[in-house]
Amino acid sequence: MNHLGTKVVDENGVKHNTISDETMEYVGILAKLELTPEEAKSAKKDMEEMLDYIDQLNELDTDGIEPMSHVFPVCNVFREDVPFEHDGSVDTLKNAPVTKDGGMKVPKTIGE
Amino acid sequence: MKNYETVIGLEVHVELATKTKIFCSCSTAFGAKPNTHTCPVCTGQPGALPVLNKQVLQYAIAVGLATNCTITQYSKFDRKNYFYPDNPQNYQISQLYLPICRNGYVEIETESGKKKVRIHEIHMEEDAGKLVHDEWEDVSIVDYNRSGVPLIEIVSEPDMRSAEEVIAYLETLRQTIQYLGASDCKLNEGSMRADVNLSVREVGSQEFGTRTEMKNLNSFKAIAHAIEGERERQIELLEMGRKVVQETRRWDDNKESSHAMRSKEDAHDYRYFPEPDLVPMSISKQWIEEIKKHQPELRPAKLSRYKKEYDIPEYDAKILTESKAMADLFEATTAICGKPKKVSNWLMVETMRLMKEKDIEADQLSFSAENLAKLVDLADAGTINSNVAKDVFAKMFEKDMDPEVYVKEQGLATVNDEEALKKIIQEVIVANPQAVEDYRAGKQKAIGALMGQTMRATKGKANPAVVQNLLIDYLK
Amino acid sequence: MSEIMALSAVEIGRKIKEKVFSVEEVMRETLSAIDEKDHRVKGFLTLEEKDKLIKRAQEVQSQIDDGTLTGPLAGVPIAIKDNLCTKDLKTTCASKILYNYLPTYSATAVERLESAGAILIGKTNMDEFAMGSTTETSAYAMTVNPWDENHVPGGSSGGSCAVVAAEEVPCALGSDTGGSIRQPSAFCGVTGIKPTYGTVSRYGLIAYGSSLDQIGPVAKNVEDCANILEIIAGYDEKDSTSILREDYHFTEALVDDVKGMKIGLPRDYFVQGLNPEVKEAVLGVAKVLEEKGAIVEEFDLGLVQYAIPAYYVIACAESSSNLARFDGVKYGYRTQEYTDLHNMYKKSRSEGFGAEVKRRIMLGSFVLSSGYYDAYYLKALRVKALIKKAFDDAFAKYDVILAPAAPTTAPQLGESLADPIQMYLGDIYTISANLAGIPGVSIPCGIDSKGLPIGAQLLGDCFQEKKIIRAAYTFEQTRAYHHCPMCK
Repeated sequence: MNHLGTKVVDENGVKHNTISDETMEYVGILAKLELTPEEAKSAKKDMEEMLDYIDQLNELDTDGIEPMSHVFPVCNVFREDVPFEHDGSVDTLKNAPVTKDGGMKVPKTIGE
Repeated sequence: MKNYETVIGLEVHVELATKTKIFCSCSTAFGAKPNTHTCPVCTGQPGALPVLNKQVLQYAIAVGLATNCTITQYSKFDRKNYFYPDNPQNYQISQLYLPICRNGYVEIETESGKKKVRIHEIHMEEDAGKLVHDEWEDVSIVDYNRSGVPLIEIVSEPDMRSAEEVIAYLETLRQTIQYLGASDCKLNEGSMRADVNLSVREVGSQEFGTRTEMKNLNSFKAIAHAIEGERERQIELLEMGRKVVQETRRWDDNKESSHAMRSKEDAHDYRYFPEPDLVPMSISKQWIEEIKKHQPELRPAKLSRYKKEYDIPEYDAKILTESKAMADLFEATTAICGKPKKVSNWLMVETMRLMKEKDIEADQLSFSAENLAKLVDLADAGTINSNVAKDVFAKMFEKDMDPEVYVKEQGLATVNDEEALKKIIQEVIVANPQAVEDYRAGKQKAIGALMGQTMRATKGKANPAVVQNLLIDYLK
Repeated sequence: MSEIMALSAVEIGRKIKEKVFSVEEVMRETLSAIDEKDHRVKGFLTLEEKDKLIKRAQEVQSQIDDGTLTGPLAGVPIAIKDNLCTKDLKTTCASKILYNYLPTYSATAVERLESAGAILIGKTNMDEFAMGSTTETSAYAMTVNPWDENHVPGGSSGGSCAVVAAEEVPCALGSDTGGSIRQPSAFCGVTGIKPTYGTVSRYGLIAYGSSLDQIGPVAKNVEDCANILEIIAGYDEKDSTSILREDYHFTEALVDDVKGMKIGLPRDYFVQGLNPEVKEAVLGVAKVLEEKGAIVEEFDLGLVQYAIPAYYVIACAESSSNLARFDGVKYGYRTQEYTDLHNMYKKSRSEGFGAEVKRRIMLGSFVLSSGYYDAYYLKALRVKALIKKAFDDAFAKYDVILAPAAPTTAPQLGESLADPIQMYLGDIYTISANLAGIPGVSIPCGIDSKGLPIGAQLLGDCFQEKKIIRAAYTFEQTRAYHHCPMCK
């Protein structure tokens, strides 16, 4: 999908981001969030304003700059393949809201 | 109807044979009670962080080298974001931008000859947990024992054109990976899984048709049927002037049909980004060389060596090398007793017959090369006759044992003492006047009954050839 | 004013060893200070049970007596921000979605403190999942600034800074993703350090922005912070981004001497938007350090205005993924009624997360979605590289950079949340340190006309904590610690 947001130009020639209701719904599906109509309205406005604000970054020429995900050039952090034998089931289930037969119970997933 | 061609690419997931999971020290052992092999990392507890198992990377590189891939010397993990209960973090740590291996190929052989299937990439990722569907209550139950078990995903180019080629490709991958010891590759247990991307196009067309992805294929039979069914479904759509929709379909083995997995909630927009909790991998040329040096001999090399070194027929060599376990057993046995053709016969005939009967794989065989070698020697020297040898072998197959000791204890050695045999034969002749008369009257077959009686009297231990010669002498 | 609670953490530790008072006495004083003040400050979300604390105090006492525990923090109570996992002690991130979460393990930093004999008192309030600058996005409590109860303590580590300022505990741990230790420290008149990325293990820190988060100390002075940092810092094989450093001896830098030290003042930090009283106080620090022999120079850092947008893209993107695990399946809040799996996810998350968290998850999901990844996420990572380069250039010339910790002193309660972008702008001086991975310390340097504390910030190059500690310590020697009005 790449028709999520569009930019409109205002009377002063400044570009603004506009986000459609469908886009908000789509992002809600991705994020698994369901906003009330009021929440969605204000979230939409906030997001448009944030995107306008973020668009400042386009003022910077970043051609040829490597995106930096880690600050330090550290590589190759490994674990040896040695098992830690234990029964983790009690701890794993300790905080689960609903359990059954030694597992977390969820609404049925078959046929998804 | 137009003439159609099927275009198939495969995404093959292989569970690696490490002792621990990809990002934590939990055991990968199969069959524990739900959620036993879990910890904060593989159950997505808040604050837990992954640390890469080095062996996973080494296996992935080994598979890449064995499939003629280029190893990516600067490789990274990415997060694939989607919600599903078997995925505890609701993201899967995988590789999108810099997968560990790229641009490889394997050579497959079918009735129509040899062919290269190109490999687009191999990447590392974590397996999901298991969802058990509780029909009684109509809910699902989550078990994270498999969550975080290391996988490699081998993505082929759309180079296959038939189910036969797909199966040959899978067999080749399976043999290669088993040879490397990187996985046991069992389709029925899920340690090897294939998703089939399939499209059809008119013969001669340069463009690809719209493809669908078929999931949940748990056997070669299911794969073959799914390919056939999907090919027909797509052709039917096109013939009716309709379009194939790009979608994921789930194969139902019982119904022998597939259905679309469609949901508004699955946007298939995975929002990949570099995994900030893991650092990149930098793989030096020396490290790659080191792994290369320790690669075991793979099947093509073994095949040509067998023909040369053991002087056995190509047919034998092919069968023996189908699995590494069988090839290892052959080599170990031959190293002790020599006689490669005889060892090969034992493995190809009796062993495989019993394997089929008991439904077991070569890696489950329990008898040792030492004991097989002893048996081959016993039979070859005529110490026991071939029928006795087969019986002893069947016992050994059940439970490994020393055949020399067994033969001695049970008194199964062939009776070659002619004086003793002559005595028995005299008794048999006296006791069976009718058969003797028939033989002398020209009924050659009657000697069979006399031989049977003699063998029975020696409890099967007599050398049949000796018995026959003595009988003929007596009846002259 | 409590005599014990007025002391620094290290002083308390020293006097315990000198048997001026016992660990149990310190513990009882701490508990009564909390009793007396926390109903006003509302800095704690969860307290360890009193009996357990007294028992623990006695255990620690005997380990001090038999010589097992010798460190500076043995017997000293400490508060922990509620986004650090503490085994069997409720950890909520100030979110409804983790309302009942009992971790089955402790964060590495917490374990290190406990083995040094520090005693965990309880968990402090914060902005929900550390998303905020005022501690007002907490789902549970409105922590106030002990200097003026109509003002915010700052955030997101507002609870940790407020309880230290109110002298309910001598010290605390916070976390800093965009200024969350340094800014509330400034607002509350205490000292806080955000170390170089990778110095303190993040194992057990409930992630907000994984590439930016660091755990650090909050206390009354630089000496305390250096001592706490020395205990919690260290390579951890459970955190792949943890860095094995050559030198963890931060207390060696507690030296009253800045002779010859080169200090840079970024001209672009002292511009419009900076409150004049704050500006004056921070320039006052420069003057003091200059008098002590440092060489102070103005320079142009550059790119200042781009740090906040780059930060929000990166932090929101990472958090949209980090917070996906809160789904009502494994722990925490699950909605009461639902029709199917996805409905359960959506309702649990929508009811469990607060507005600011949802806002950031939505933005983060958007910037990572198909078609936008390059334009937003990769662009932000490129800008991050440029910002790092700007700091590299600056540290080629200067040992430390002196800056305000925040453009203003603490705003009034309820003033900030209405306009998110305005609130984000408050992080302008702290945020770039997280992008560049560099260390920073916030120290009190004055009081404004409203009676609120002003904080100065010293930034150092990666792994150069010792330089900023030395500069901060030297300045601190010229100024007495100001107890907040609540403690007088």
